[in-house]
Amino acid sequence: MIRVDAVAKRFGTVQALKDVSFTARNGRITGLLGPNGAGKSTCLRILYTVLKPDSGKATIDAIDVVAEPIAARRKLGVLPHNAGLYPQLNARENITYFGELQGLSRLELEPRVEDLIVRLELADLADRRAKSFSQGERTKVALARALVHEPSHLLLDEPTNGLDVMATRSLRQWLRELKADGCCIILSSHIMQEVTALCDDIVIIAHGRVVAQGTPAELQERFGQTSLEDIFVKTVAET
Amino acid sequence: MSSAILTVCRKEIIENSRDRRTLFSTLFFGPLFGPALFAIMINVMVSQALSGADEVMTIPIIGQAHAPNLVDFLRRHGVDPSAELESLEEATASVKEGEHEIVLVIGPEFPENFRAGGDARVTLVFDQSQTRANVSARRVRGLLNTYARQLTAMRLQARGISPLLLRPFTVDDFDVSTATGRSVILLGMLTYFLLFATLMGGFHLAIDSTAGERERGSLEPLLTTPVARADLLLGKMAATVSYMLLSLSLTVVGFTVALYFVPLEQLGMRSNFGPLVALKIVLILAPFVPLGAALMTLVASFTRSYKEAQTYLGLVLLVPTLPLMIATLLNIRPDFSLMWIPSLSQHLLITELIKAEPLNLGHLGVSTTSTLLMGALLAWLAIRLYDRERLLG
Repeated sequence: MIRVDAVAKRFGTVQALKDVSFTARNGRITGLLGPNGAGKSTCLRILYTVLKPDSGKATIDAIDVVAEPIAARRKLGVLPHNAGLYPQLNARENITYFGELQGLSRLELEPRVEDLIVRLELADLADRRAKSFSQGERTKVALARALVHEPSHLLLDEPTNGLDVMATRSLRQWLRELKADGCCIILSSHIMQEVTALCDDIVIIAHGRVVAQGTPAELQERFGQTSLEDIFVKTVAET
Repeated sequence: MSSAILTVCRKEIIENSRDRRTLFSTLFFGPLFGPALFAIMINVMVSQALSGADEVMTIPIIGQAHAPNLVDFLRRHGVDPSAELESLEEATASVKEGEHEIVLVIGPEFPENFRAGGDARVTLVFDQSQTRANVSARRVRGLLNTYARQLTAMRLQARGISPLLLRPFTVDDFDVSTATGRSVILLGMLTYFLLFATLMGGFHLAIDSTAGERERGSLEPLLTTPVARADLLLGKMAATVSYMLLSLSLTVVGFTVALYFVPLEQLGMRSNFGPLVALKIVLILAPFVPLGAALMTLVASFTRSYKEAQTYLGLVLLVPTLPLMIATLLNIRPDFSLMWIPSLSQHLLITELIKAEPLNLGHLGVSTTSTLLMGALLAWLAIRLYDRERLLG
């Protein structure tokens, strides 16, 4: 479970996050929805500990991300925005490297990497250098890399960026499988359909604040409108 | 040592071994380019120094008929007089155009003045801005002076006066330098090449593992692994150190081989550059490797892109060579007070080694300790910098 409690973050004169609170539960996919620059990435970066909040608190299974960043990271699989691979390593080596950094032994690692290669349909890429990969192929490998240690929590920053229709569908399928395994998943997106299609809980962020949250059904009930897009436009316009 | 450091180090070594840029600068640029350039330079110097000493010089002499004895003397001392030019104007033109380096002109009034013991003159036409012409002119002038001294001696003796009267005292040169000592003048440049090759060995890796990683977008995922940033950076620096040590060793081997083919003996020099000296040189320079790796990593961590890092690191490559230039200009001798300066202390130690003088263990100790300490300080700074939030830019 991931809790974010009154988190604020400022970069110079820009107040990126003003007051963000939400909870992401296990076995559910939580969508951070918001326009570009709303603070989605900043929020995720605080959760995966590359940024520190100015105030407020964030915990992953009750582990404070500021006090114990390494313990928090051990719980996390992360797919950052536009994540890059090592161009001179092949897909298998890229995935294995992160498994080693997660502290897995070679014995544990090998079957897991092979399993990921099969599950994410990476067989064609496994022995090719990453420098020749397309954006979609890179994202797939980056996702495999994030999953190699079988994390209980998954943070995905705009995961469908640059993916074609087929790749997006497969990604959704994998995320549903992970959810079924009890994984706590947060993904950020500015694409309505993606969030509607995938998420159990939605947190709408605009101008560094949470402007609405709930299940798709709750949000529709509250705002009395059918389409999530209308809710999004409405809540963002109101603030 | 954390196993993550080893994991990072191993991965950087493997990844960079597949990168042509890194391989070029580690395996080719330093180890081959340096020694080859050095060998060619020395060979050119040797051939220049040797040419002229015994070779017959062909020099146009105008007015040979006016001083047949002088021309005879020159001919006996390795000058081949040619009669292709006729006048001073022709001589000037041909020297200006570079057809001849030097022309000797004996005027028609020479015989009369010479016989009368008056003001007899000959003219040397040459272009002082040409190095080779200067060498030839010096040689011809030397021959002419010798001839003049012989004549003086004969004329004074004919009048019953000792020629020594004209020479109240004589200066004798007594050169105490040894053959190996002399070679230091040339081999002093060696440290410069070695330091440069060492730094070049880690140049691309230092950039690639910091600025390059950020530019490719692989830094952020890396920072989400449960590994302390200090360990990540230490692993990267360890990989840079490995490549630098490889480059240094290969370059020293390259020099050992190259100097084997260089005719130092012909310059009155001797190099004692055997395998043992080569090994000692690697050991003396080894403490400089972590310092250089930390310095390059530190600077590359500051920068935002690969290109920017390349620009700054290009300047950083000059920093360790500054003390060497100053040392060479001021002809500095080894001293305890200088041993704490990295790169300069290594230069002085290696110079002593090449002179075949015993290694001062005290000096070596100070040099090694201070260089390692400074490297540790820079590594600590680089780690501090790597821990900043702004690292991701």
